[in-house]
Amino acid sequence: MFYYKIFAVAVLSALLAGCPATPVPDPEPVDTTYGGEVGAGADTVDTAGTDVKTMRGGEFIEETAESLGTIIYFEFDSSQVRAEDQDLVAGHAIALNEKPGANVRLEGHADERGSREYNIGLGERRAQAVRQMLMIQGVSASQIQTVSFGEERPESRGSSESDYAENRRVVIKYTN
Amino acid sequence: MASAANADLVIDVQGVSRPTPVAIVPFGWEGDSPSVPLDVATVIKNDLLRSGRFAPTSENDMLQKPTDGVDLDFDDWSVLGVEAVVVGRIIQTGANAYTLQFQLFDTFRRKQLVGYRMPVSRGTMRFAAHRAADMIYEKLTGIKGVFGTKVAYVTAKEQPDGRLYSLVVSDQDGENEHTIMESEDPIMSPAWSPDSRQLAYVSFEGSKSSIFVQTLRSGNRFQVSNKPGINGAPAFSPDGRKLVITLGGINGNPDIYVLDITSRQTKRLTTHRAIDTEGTWSPDGKYIYFTSDRAGGPQVYRISANGGTPERITFEGSYNARPRLSPDGTRLAMVHNDRGNFRIAVMNIERRDLLVLSTGRQDESPSFAPNSDSLIYATRQGGDGVLETVSADGLIRQKMASGQGDVREPVWSPFPRF
Repeated sequence: MFYYKIFAVAVLSALLAGCPATPVPDPEPVDTTYGGEVGAGADTVDTAGTDVKTMRGGEFIEETAESLGTIIYFEFDSSQVRAEDQDLVAGHAIALNEKPGANVRLEGHADERGSREYNIGLGERRAQAVRQMLMIQGVSASQIQTVSFGEERPESRGSSESDYAENRRVVIKYTN
Repeated sequence: MASAANADLVIDVQGVSRPTPVAIVPFGWEGDSPSVPLDVATVIKNDLLRSGRFAPTSENDMLQKPTDGVDLDFDDWSVLGVEAVVVGRIIQTGANAYTLQFQLFDTFRRKQLVGYRMPVSRGTMRFAAHRAADMIYEKLTGIKGVFGTKVAYVTAKEQPDGRLYSLVVSDQDGENEHTIMESEDPIMSPAWSPDSRQLAYVSFEGSKSSIFVQTLRSGNRFQVSNKPGINGAPAFSPDGRKLVITLGGINGNPDIYVLDITSRQTKRLTTHRAIDTEGTWSPDGKYIYFTSDRAGGPQVYRISANGGTPERITFEGSYNARPRLSPDGTRLAMVHNDRGNFRIAVMNIERRDLLVLSTGRQDESPSFAPNSDSLIYATRQGGDGVLETVSADGLIRQKMASGQGDVREPVWSPFPRF
């Protein structure tokens, strides 16, 4: 549905300011009429645009993931989704509501400090925070799987504060 | 891998005023080939050296090199200040059959303290040498030796197409490494069965955690827990029939469960919405100690193995996790935040006083030796994990050269059973 596509782009442009390092495609023109509709639910659908309908499932998912971003970072010892990432999660919620056949795996991670199994718990807590947020916005529990890798799969292998910040994350992965 | 321990042996002895001077005389060889199958004296010498309690005499300083006690001249040793001498021989008795003989003498009292003859093959000779070192160590210190025990650990190696995780078992000196399991997905939390024949561990194959029990000799493994969400932190009960594990469930709330290995029935022990994990049995089987952040930061609690109300055990510091009890039940090891550094600390369970044993920034996974006298843990060196051992009093600490890549989560085996 066209509505969802333009929504995704709107979120993307909002994210651009905060994430200069992320390579992104040029934003397309956006119909701002729908700009304030975050989390409004799936019952108001603009069927005017039909280009998305013709896409196969895989392309839809790829496009959604690429345009929204898939990584949510967390503060030290926190599982709170930061205000600037809430639109990102909301975008995925809308995408998942749109495609009930699409499933995601939320992969939670922790930095390396402390003990490994406790860090599995911390990573899971982060994945669950994102899961709750998706479910509040209407995504079915059956579409969401969580897994915590704790500190076992660091994005950055160093031991500086900035490495730790990169490793405290939830990655949203579309599994079909 | 054969010379891993010798190649990078670092001994960092602190506080032992005077290691006991001992001499391990090169062993005699009576066999049909020119060279001896194994330098048994060097194996014993390295064991005693690594313990930090002994100062073996250099071969060059020896005034005589007897291979049997009858040829020993005590004056030649007491003049060097050597307090104990080990002599021995390897005698071939068949194509792959040998007798390993050793004797330990007290040079001041001029008497034999222990002497044994052991039938061995080429395959068992190294283990027999470690057992000889165990008997010598126990005679001289009163503490049971652990040279014949093993260590399991996990390694992560960077490969062109990603990381390769391995579960490895080696002798306690880092020699004789065997890879038990390999995976491109993380492997975590190895735990020995009380009979040393099996390892439980967590595997993330299929991007999902599950718990396996694997028999070392056969390599056969079976999946014992594959519930939704977290399946983690296995530890065997003292009778070997159960595992304490962490299950997170679909809603991701990690709690402590007891799993009957045969029936696969689980019993839930904790129900708190905090993270409860890293359960471990007390040696008497009465309690399960675990990590919980129900009070904010992680602290160690214990609960009756039959369930009940958890009791908080640690109060010192903001972070105490991953408890492990000494096999004699008197001490609790943990990961402790020591002024911003994660270090290994040991608490006397009666007195409740905490002793920080390690000096790194990111030390983890303490595991007691089966004699309760020392611990092994992982620390960092140049970005990679390496293993260290430390005596439970903190006085003797050393690096163990073992494994390749990032080495983590060492667990010390129980005593071997015969």
